[in-house]
Amino acid sequence: MTVTIFVPRDAASLALGAEKVAAAITSEIAARSIDARIVRNGSRGMFWLEPLVEVRTDHGRVAYGPVKASDIKDLFDAGFLSGKAHPLCLGLTKEIPFLRQQTRLTFSRCGVTDPLSLDDYRHYQGLKGLEQAIAMPRAEIVAQVTESGLRGRGGAGFPTGIKWKTVMEAVAPQKYIVCNADEGDSATFADRMIMEGDPFVLIEGMVIAGFATGATRGYIYTRSEYPHAIATMGQAIGIARAAGILGPSVLGSDHAFDIEIRAGAGAYVCGEETALLNSLEGKRGIVRAKPPLPALQGFLGRPTVVNNVISLASIPVIMHRGAAFYRDFGMGRSRGTIPIQIAGNVKYGGLFETAFGLSLGEIVDHIGGGTATGRPVKAVQVGGPLGAYFPRALFDTPFDYEAFAAKDGLIGHAGITVFDDTVDMLKQARFAMEFCAIESCGKCTPCRIGSTRGVETVDRIGRGIEPDKNKVLLADLCNTMKFGSLCALGGFTPYPVMSAMTHFPEDFSPVPLAEAAE
Amino acid sequence: MTMRNSAGEIAQRSRDIIRDRKHLEGPMLPILHALQAKFGYIPDIVKPVIADELNLSRAEVHGVVTFYPEFREHPGGRHVLKICRAEACQSVGCDNLADRVRQLLGIDFHQTTPDGAVMLEPVYCLGLCACGPAAMLDGEVYGRVDEHCLSEIVGRLGR
Repeated sequence: MTVTIFVPRDAASLALGAEKVAAAITSEIAARSIDARIVRNGSRGMFWLEPLVEVRTDHGRVAYGPVKASDIKDLFDAGFLSGKAHPLCLGLTKEIPFLRQQTRLTFSRCGVTDPLSLDDYRHYQGLKGLEQAIAMPRAEIVAQVTESGLRGRGGAGFPTGIKWKTVMEAVAPQKYIVCNADEGDSATFADRMIMEGDPFVLIEGMVIAGFATGATRGYIYTRSEYPHAIATMGQAIGIARAAGILGPSVLGSDHAFDIEIRAGAGAYVCGEETALLNSLEGKRGIVRAKPPLPALQGFLGRPTVVNNVISLASIPVIMHRGAAFYRDFGMGRSRGTIPIQIAGNVKYGGLFETAFGLSLGEIVDHIGGGTATGRPVKAVQVGGPLGAYFPRALFDTPFDYEAFAAKDGLIGHAGITVFDDTVDMLKQARFAMEFCAIESCGKCTPCRIGSTRGVETVDRIGRGIEPDKNKVLLADLCNTMKFGSLCALGGFTPYPVMSAMTHFPEDFSPVPLAEAAE
Repeated sequence: MTMRNSAGEIAQRSRDIIRDRKHLEGPMLPILHALQAKFGYIPDIVKPVIADELNLSRAEVHGVVTFYPEFREHPGGRHVLKICRAEACQSVGCDNLADRVRQLLGIDFHQTTPDGAVMLEPVYCLGLCACGPAAMLDGEVYGRVDEHCLSEIVGRLGR
């Protein structure tokens, strides 16, 4: 019988040498005349174990990792094709604690299937949600999404069902579904993993969104920094079109829907939905004032749903298993699951999908295992470059939209960057302002000018120039940016700055001028 | 690639690229990506061609080209080396790595080596945040980049 070996094709796996590993396995198979095939799957999201090679055995899939090309001969000698012991053997994949503790709804297939195999997709419950939706009236699909409690996973947390309802009720000759795949936040890679590891689920989610709202065209706007995601997503769209999942008659119904993928060009601000729409239209990625809402006047001035990848990729499971099933996970007003991305200086970094409600401490210390350097955790930034820095004292905060807001933070796209005690929080505050200055679209003054003045003010504090006065000035500037900016870039940059200053005052203490003169 | 880039030739080639894509909804970015893939940058002389084909002003085209960091107005190096400088990579020492790469190449970020071999660019996130520091060379990604790996990458640039 043909043995199946899985070697991930996820960009992170490739970055850690998966291509060489696959090549070494191919030549070893040939040299030993073994009946085996290699499947290039997505990643399971355990990046300290990548490249993670799996073998299908009678007992289930057995994992080995992290595997180097130079380990392959040894693995074959040890009998890894039948799941035999080896120092790199991790046992059954599904029993690895990091995976076993997760609730994988959105990522159920990621790392399991061949991302470009529709047979695999169907075999693992793919298209079930779409088949249900086809038979439903529009309003009922929207009601299901609303009842599921799904909120925008891009960071804003706006109820997805309400957005859909607005677009459904709008009257226009053409409506659009725009997938925001402009995942620019540091510490986030969930969108990338879906596009590379289970692209059909995003397509299915977009088609359902099209049915529900009456949109017949979809765009996926992603980043030029994600060439692998663009390639895989593009291939998947072609396959879906050939199979009749996309096109003039979706799965033989009288609904039409098609998708095109578009690449941005290195501007972080295009992750903001109105800047994204301008960019998609071929303009400068400048933020638009709201209203009008994109739901009424979005792409080319027409009603448009703009949803994050993870929001859309969560739709199929909601339609298949029902709103109540999804809603039963989570806490408070944060329903369902969230793919937490644990990144930075962390021992067990990766993607951990779980119901809302875990405490930050559980995530960082127990799941993430603390820092990779073994030093104490000093701060974690939650929610990307616009998210607050949390000290250990706030590690009891549950992972929930409202709980984080109550602590002057945000969960954003659910990325967490861990820093050890060598981090200088004044430097991080400076970077937040610097990043805002680099990426500001320039439309509104608090963001465009404020960020540059912010860098200068942080520098003065760092040099010990009237530190007390400048700290007050910085707080005042943050206040202006927070309430005076048009979008989250200028409006949320104060989160990392203020949290660094509030929770780590020792790093903002004046240093003697002689030392600073250097 | 032996391409004699006479002005007329560039204009003609661009017109073909533009005409292949002008039917798209919002054709500008796909056109600019295709032009940059073809010429390595967006030559000044194609801006009026785009403006003409898309019925825009030259100022509008110029405005779009200059807004996006990815689009270059001048020929870059034969290779583009991007080093991630965002928070997750900072937490695992990308600033030291950035210093090292500047030393190795003898140039700063946004510059090209005098022999035209390498252009060094910062990038704010490659989505490899759990295996940083991360780098990208001509679309190929590298994780957990240390000094050794960096020297290897730079060594392979055929300078």
